[in-house]
Amino acid sequence: MSKKLLLKNDHVPYINKLSVYREHGGYSVLEKTLKNTSPENVLEEVKKSGLRGRGGAGFPTGLKWSFLARPEGVPRYLVCNADESEPGTFKDRYLMERIPHLLVEGMILSSFALGANTSYIYIRGEYFYVARILEQAIEEAYAAGLLGKNILGSGFNHDCYVQVGAGAYICGEETALLESLEGKRGNPRIKPPFPAVAGLYGCPTVVNNVETIAAIVPIIEMGGEEYAKIGVGKSTGTKLISASGHINNPGVYEIELGVPVEEFIYSAQYCGGIRGGRKLKAVVAGGSSVPILPTELILKTANGEPRLMSYESLGDGGFATGTMLGSGGFIVMDEDTSIVKNLYTFARFYHHESCGQCSPCREGTGWMEKILHKILEGHGTLKDIDLLWDIQSKIEGKTICPLGEAAAWPVAAAIRHFRSEFEDYVTNPESIKDIKHYYRLQN
Amino acid sequence: MITSEQIAFSKETLELVQKMMLRYPEGKHKSALIPVLHIAQAEFGGWLSAPVMDYVASILKIQPIEVYEVASFYSMFNLQPVGKCLIEVCRTSSCWLCGAEDIIDHIEKKLDIKVGETSKDGRFSLKAVECLGSCGTAPMMQVGADYHENLTIDKVDELLEKFKTEDKQSRYC
Repeated sequence: MSKKLLLKNDHVPYINKLSVYREHGGYSVLEKTLKNTSPENVLEEVKKSGLRGRGGAGFPTGLKWSFLARPEGVPRYLVCNADESEPGTFKDRYLMERIPHLLVEGMILSSFALGANTSYIYIRGEYFYVARILEQAIEEAYAAGLLGKNILGSGFNHDCYVQVGAGAYICGEETALLESLEGKRGNPRIKPPFPAVAGLYGCPTVVNNVETIAAIVPIIEMGGEEYAKIGVGKSTGTKLISASGHINNPGVYEIELGVPVEEFIYSAQYCGGIRGGRKLKAVVAGGSSVPILPTELILKTANGEPRLMSYESLGDGGFATGTMLGSGGFIVMDEDTSIVKNLYTFARFYHHESCGQCSPCREGTGWMEKILHKILEGHGTLKDIDLLWDIQSKIEGKTICPLGEAAAWPVAAAIRHFRSEFEDYVTNPESIKDIKHYYRLQN
Repeated sequence: MITSEQIAFSKETLELVQKMMLRYPEGKHKSALIPVLHIAQAEFGGWLSAPVMDYVASILKIQPIEVYEVASFYSMFNLQPVGKCLIEVCRTSSCWLCGAEDIIDHIEKKLDIKVGETSKDGRFSLKAVECLGSCGTAPMMQVGADYHENLTIDKVDELLEKFKTEDKQSRYC
């Protein structure tokens, strides 16, 4: 279960350089495709592969591509979402930093399929040094005739640019990203129209995550049908998981979808178990937005089946007993962790990152942060727990973009699965005196 | 303090900005606003004063309000002066789980400033920030453009010593 498609060469020295990337087969897929294949065939292979968006939503990529409007005489754009800001997620950074040419090759291949002559990689401003790595890769690609006019004699023209953001989680939402790319505040647009019809500069646009675009290269190399054989059920292929928190081996792992969660946490090949041999308390499996699950529900579904790292298995049981694969930001918490304090860091994050357009999100995120702070400081009441529940339920589904849900779900899940801990905070603080709010550094 | 008359990009920077504007289709050069604001912040003392923003508006041929509304939206743009060395410590979930608060407390004591403040000599500014995508190498801090990861107290002390003489104001350099 350790098939590697994206990170198979991540430890090759200087793989970030074009010459080394090519020695390891880089750009051969692009060459073959431009020579022998039509854009329609590329789209067909992506559809067959069953690839689902790796940014978090898991929407089928082939389907998203097929929605792209193709009016005569109007340019089409491909925009790569490299705004990676979901707490717990750092896989795209790793991929871009280590193998920038894989993303560039994926950008050209995808643009060929979509008929886009211009593409932008929108990267979060804090990843400034990664933007530089990408720019160097793009420069090398231009010099080698892999970008620009008449690429490799195929008649296909393509320009690719890197655009840096300036610190705003909301710009990971595709329409906010497009606004930001147009030089505006990152306020999400009302949909429809969807970007496939009216995206960047009002033109048909596809926005895909870094990992999604990189995955196009192995998909075209092996063929969609072969790719679809990897993984489990509708969770085809491999996925990059960012593992962090109280584990022995934090880092980015490429897994074949379907690895049991228990194996992922405890196997030496992956997380290597809980730090200091402690017990597991809870996991946030797919980035801060997805519901937190206690040990018994993250290792096994409510039916007692082993929980797998796949879209379906992690989602099994709905939000009552399940969660989501999301962006693959896998945060592990040991037995002493304060769930309330962890939730507070999330609530503070969403309050900070709400763009302020919709009242339920702008006001609700602030209230949730304040109430959690009050509970943590020992001034909470039982009514506050109900109030938190009430507020989150009034944000969900009532905002233009999914930041509302992203802020509401973690609150709902923490109360759903750890209500007794919240109650102890307000009625019996003595009983939780061993719970940790503050972690000292090892020195 | 820079006065309005002195605000002008160098010839090289102007050329860079003109080249940047060619990345976008004709008439869509406003797209260059965020990258150009990064450059302006780096060139004019680590923050964006109203005259600097007005200058950027004039370069991009857009209204000053279009610059203000963008500069005030994004957390990387400083609308107040900052120290010559801007320290930003991540404190969201994974970093908190791995001791970010201990880092913040240590730096506060060491520099005798609180989060959000600048040291009296104008050398250091300290910010606590939200997730910087370094969760697997937590705890971490960004100083200028650089990521410093897997922090320990010793490592922080070493870095603070180094930054006494090294300017790390802007992340765009």
